[in-house]
Amino acid sequence: MKYVDEFRDPAKAKALVKEIAALREMITPHHQTPLQLMEFCGGHTHTIFRYGIEQLLPDWIELVHGPGCPVCVLPMGRVDDCVALAERPDVLFTTFGDAMRVPGSKKSLLQAKAEGADVRMVYSPLDALQLAKKHPDRQVIFFALGFETTMPSTALTVLQAEREGIENFSLFCNHITTVPTIKAILDSPDMRIDGFLAPGHVSMVVGEQPFRFVAEHYRRPIVITGFEPLDILQSIWMLLQQMADGRCEVENQYARVVPSRGNSPGLDAIAQVFELREFFEWRGLGSIDHSGVRMRPAYAPFDAEKKFAVPKLRITDPKSCQCGEVLKGSIRPWQCKVFGNACTPESAMGALMVSSEGACAAYYNFGDLQELLQRREKEAIPA
Amino acid sequence: MSQPRSQGLRAETITLAHGAGGKAMRDLIDSVFVEGFESPELQKLEDQARLDLARFTTEGDRLALTTDSYVVDPLFFPGGDIGKLAITGTVNDLAMGGARPLYLTCGMVIEEGLPVETLRAVVASMKTTADAAGVAIVTGDTKVVHRGAADKLFINTAGVGVIPRGIDIRADRAQPGDKVVINGFIGDHGTAIVDARGEMSLENTIETDCQALNGLVGCMLDVCPDIHCLRDATRGGLATVLNEFAEASSTTITIDETAVPIRPEVRGMCELLGLDPLYLANEGKLVAIVPAGQADRLLATMQAHPAGSSSSIIGEVAEGPAGRVVLSTGFGGNRIVDMLVGEQLPRIC
Repeated sequence: MKYVDEFRDPAKAKALVKEIAALREMITPHHQTPLQLMEFCGGHTHTIFRYGIEQLLPDWIELVHGPGCPVCVLPMGRVDDCVALAERPDVLFTTFGDAMRVPGSKKSLLQAKAEGADVRMVYSPLDALQLAKKHPDRQVIFFALGFETTMPSTALTVLQAEREGIENFSLFCNHITTVPTIKAILDSPDMRIDGFLAPGHVSMVVGEQPFRFVAEHYRRPIVITGFEPLDILQSIWMLLQQMADGRCEVENQYARVVPSRGNSPGLDAIAQVFELREFFEWRGLGSIDHSGVRMRPAYAPFDAEKKFAVPKLRITDPKSCQCGEVLKGSIRPWQCKVFGNACTPESAMGALMVSSEGACAAYYNFGDLQELLQRREKEAIPA
Repeated sequence: MSQPRSQGLRAETITLAHGAGGKAMRDLIDSVFVEGFESPELQKLEDQARLDLARFTTEGDRLALTTDSYVVDPLFFPGGDIGKLAITGTVNDLAMGGARPLYLTCGMVIEEGLPVETLRAVVASMKTTADAAGVAIVTGDTKVVHRGAADKLFINTAGVGVIPRGIDIRADRAQPGDKVVINGFIGDHGTAIVDARGEMSLENTIETDCQALNGLVGCMLDVCPDIHCLRDATRGGLATVLNEFAEASSTTITIDETAVPIRPEVRGMCELLGLDPLYLANEGKLVAIVPAGQADRLLATMQAHPAGSSSSIIGEVAEGPAGRVVLSTGFGGNRIVDMLVGEQLPRIC
């Protein structure tokens, strides 16, 4: 397939891996081993597992799979709110597909649907708006979630609904922001990350500038990265090259898609419709300041949280769940106590087992489960 | 005969009366099913089909019996419809045991309000498909249910066939060294259904691969009677069938990603939605596990058959942990291909 296969060329991959391995001498004396590089975005995690990239890398490099899967980090209380909204008889609840399976404290949207709630899968918020026009007698709610990547399309849909005077359409807004979250990870005491692969899709909207603090304040190199396997390998090479040169910069590997200034019409739409929340709750990471957005008061008629009574109960994560430590790289997914036994994709306990982009689900689906569980057992025996 | 005589069917839509056992039902059966299927057995209007045993015993030494229900939405999609599916699906289930499919039954559950024209079109499609596959529909049943109690039309077909002497196809027969063969492009049916639901506004129209495979299987058994495993990769796709083989035979199966035939349109949709074509449904694809020494000859035979022109050897059976399927990615890494937990759901971004 054109413009896809070029970025999956095994010969080029081999050459890149060789270049990466060659940088060892210049890096390992000055850094911990294994070196920890975090890919923030769930899309990157998916690519890494789908193409077996970890197996290609030398063992002195470890990839830490960050919290950038918006479906995974949704707290249970918010899912409960979704279910409560969806179960209202007047509501037609619309959502992206992979949010359907996320467990709430009692049930997922998929279960609510089976029990009779009108939950429909859509591919875009505009599809939800179409449904609102088609069913003027129903309240159509769109479950808005995702990082800055999906914010412009939701914002523009709200603006269109306003322009067209569609009154039976609203958002249940769960959009989250990237930068405060990276900052929270960098500020946590058990943080060991040496460098970051920055999310390509988010950067397409926000540009390079918001990531500068990582390089300038925290002195960690960061590279905006595309989603094909060669993109990931090249970005890892760029990160290592920065370390070898003693540089800490924001570099843009994904320049074919990401303009350095981002997408200003998209940013304008976001600013017009949304404002920062004081804090937002994350599954596995707890509450993070300014890490979510809500709708501005001017758009209250389109805000499901204002329009309908939402329970808004806070549900704490299960105690045995170690998602937070996995997200920060202090343990590997299979080192979590419940990985593969109490927590599986069939009955996910923690955030990272929920979506196919979650690190634990990726290890579970694409990895060698028996071998991982044996490794965990061996390591548990004190030396 | 005790049934009332038919007056011909004048109604344009199916109502509850057509399932009530009286004149209206008789009209429906005569005018749509008996006429449409043109089966001498059906015309007798007995409560059961009566089949000559000799026909079975001359063709083989075991009967194969299977049943499947068909509930697809929409009823008509590019390259096929629920009727075609109801014939090929059951014919293929028989063929995958090495059986020669002979007779089918047809049970229909109809939601009131279905246009009679639609039903006729489905029946015509069943007849054409059955004729092409060399099977006869010999008995049937009709029920009409209240609006909302079924989605337009559900079909159940059962089928019976004969397994020739000496054929022993089982999921537990895969042996290290065996080759894995598939008869063409994967994921066409799954993609066609997404496309036909009109949710995606795709630029390309992809047709379902829905086809009867008994002809192809017959040719395959002629050149390679010792096929070890054979299954059609329907729901759950290629990945699921391979996992079933690996598990039943306690072997590891390795697949070369670059050898698996996938159309660019199907790959494109999968890229767009974050779906994995290995799990997409097919309705005319079989996966065979065969002794290595016979693989090339078998492949040539398959490629010469219209239902197998894009056949390919995609991998092999290896020693290794039991029940494992490993895909060597075109990129140079490996990944484990497991069974799906539930349905594949499109990813957010």
